[in-house]
Amino acid sequence: MTDPSHPPQPTAAGGRSASPGITTTGTTTSRRANRRTVALMLTPALLLLALFLVLPFLLSIGLSVTNYNLLNRRAVTLFVGLANYASILEDERFWQAAWNTARFALVTVPVQSALALLLAVLVNSGLPGRNLFRGVYFLPTVLSMAVVSVIWAGLLRAPQGVLNALVGTLSGGVLGPYDWLGDETLAMPTIIVLSVWQGVGFQMVIYLAGLQSINAELYEAARIDGASRFQQFLHITLPSLRNTHVFVVLATTVLAFKLFGQVDVLTQGGPLDSTNTLVRYLFNSGFREHRVGFASAASVLFFLLVLGITLVQRALVREDREI
Amino acid sequence: MAPVSSRTLRLTSPATLLTYAAMLAAASIMLGPLVVMLVTSLKPDTLQIVQDLGGVAAFIPGPVSLENYKRVLADQQMPFLRFLVNTLVVVVSIVGLGIIVNSMAAYCLARRRFRGRDLLLAVIIALIIVPVESLAVPLLMMVNHLGWMDSYHVQIVPFIAHPFSIFLFYQYFAKLPKDLDEAAAMDGASVWRIYWSIIMPLSAPVIATVAILQGLEFWSAYLWPLMVTRGVEFRPLSVGVAQFFGQEPRQWGEVMAFANMASLPVIIAYLTFQRWFIQSVVGSAVKG
Repeated sequence: MTDPSHPPQPTAAGGRSASPGITTTGTTTSRRANRRTVALMLTPALLLLALFLVLPFLLSIGLSVTNYNLLNRRAVTLFVGLANYASILEDERFWQAAWNTARFALVTVPVQSALALLLAVLVNSGLPGRNLFRGVYFLPTVLSMAVVSVIWAGLLRAPQGVLNALVGTLSGGVLGPYDWLGDETLAMPTIIVLSVWQGVGFQMVIYLAGLQSINAELYEAARIDGASRFQQFLHITLPSLRNTHVFVVLATTVLAFKLFGQVDVLTQGGPLDSTNTLVRYLFNSGFREHRVGFASAASVLFFLLVLGITLVQRALVREDREI
Repeated sequence: MAPVSSRTLRLTSPATLLTYAAMLAAASIMLGPLVVMLVTSLKPDTLQIVQDLGGVAAFIPGPVSLENYKRVLADQQMPFLRFLVNTLVVVVSIVGLGIIVNSMAAYCLARRRFRGRDLLLAVIIALIIVPVESLAVPLLMMVNHLGWMDSYHVQIVPFIAHPFSIFLFYQYFAKLPKDLDEAAAMDGASVWRIYWSIIMPLSAPVIATVAILQGLEFWSAYLWPLMVTRGVEFRPLSVGVAQFFGQEPRQWGEVMAFANMASLPVIIAYLTFQRWFIQSVVGSAVKG
């Protein structure tokens, strides 16, 4: 069907003749049409990404060196250099928010990952009814964090609340009652508990897939060698799940750093800023106080932090793989 | 026969009983808060509810009544149905348009050759880690200048193109056998035809994965709609439920009825398509 008297023209269409067989079978015009179609099909995604991801990203860097304020737009916006960054780094509330966010991540990530693995091992036991349990454990992850926060608010009432009653009964009246969300030292641990409750099913499903991809013969061999269940878990299951651990820890860490919804609904960052987070900090300065320049600088710092964590974790993984 | 007998043995072994006990304990922790929500929402007496929420009576159903639900639905200040429609419009638009836009781009990246393709792919993968939270303030300024505040499109347009969805589509398309489009191209099928009539019909699993992940993400979206909606007209459920909860004096029966109704659509979707939900989570983790 291809006309041999019309070899692919090296200039316009056939320039990149490394293209696969798909395009070489068509005529020059249909090839040109194909390239136009490809460009058209790429355009919506690229345009939207450029406008709503890349542009705001560049804007946040640009605005972060100005004193731009959304309220008095007519006032002159001035270049202020790194002044915003300097005042953020001098702001005790920023460091408090950063520490709270880090604290949340440092506890949530290992606890949630370990519980997720435990649930996955339970569900993977092959017992009848396991799919029902799997379904139940995953259920809270489909609820929005706002709904989860509201439900938990009902349980966390103090001094007379459901959780206090349970803790009191289980401890024989020794413990409690606690002011779960009103006590400076308890508010963040409480936020952690309900966040783990909501999110653990997600990681469980990922671990479950990891468990199911482990070669059953490994266990068979270990059993013949007389390894106990715990030894099998320690020496087969855990090492075989390396890639799964990496994904779960990475994804949970980044999610943890975005902590906002549950705090906004339940504590508004209180008491005494003990649950204020980085996202809440930039939300307050940019949205509540309209200090766009200042908040942009905080956004850039937040982005750099997330980027840094991702890169460090990836680097650690790479080293691990080389061994 | 051997496996059966060993199974029946295992069912009563101490290890099995222990596993069941652990699974049941975990299940009651996961379901407990939801039981309290449901039970409380069905109790008619406000005073009784407050008293019951002070102890284990919160788990025990009383006389069943839909009074709280009626009151929530009749509330003009906090129109539940309006919030629900708003959420549905936003989520369905993002997911529907997102599937088309992201799969088109991924198809070109995975199955066509053009200059700069590898660079483009690398950039899109790098964009996955940019947290929306770090863009919220400059994005707010942009949409404010555009006059987009308080609308549906301000909640939809910025989130249609989704680097992670493009990546998931890319990964799936790249694994489909190449001779599919080659054969079609021989028959004179256009690029668009190959994408629309050959590739997409084979891609139900990845479409479901992307739809569920992106759908859940924006069903729960909270920060952005909190910033860009000022009245109830375009406000989604997630912000609506938080505001309903914030009203004083707090009517727990109504709050729980509201929360329950706000969860029902997604719980029903989950129970109906459970396998797909679980599959999509697994799909999200199988990275490069």
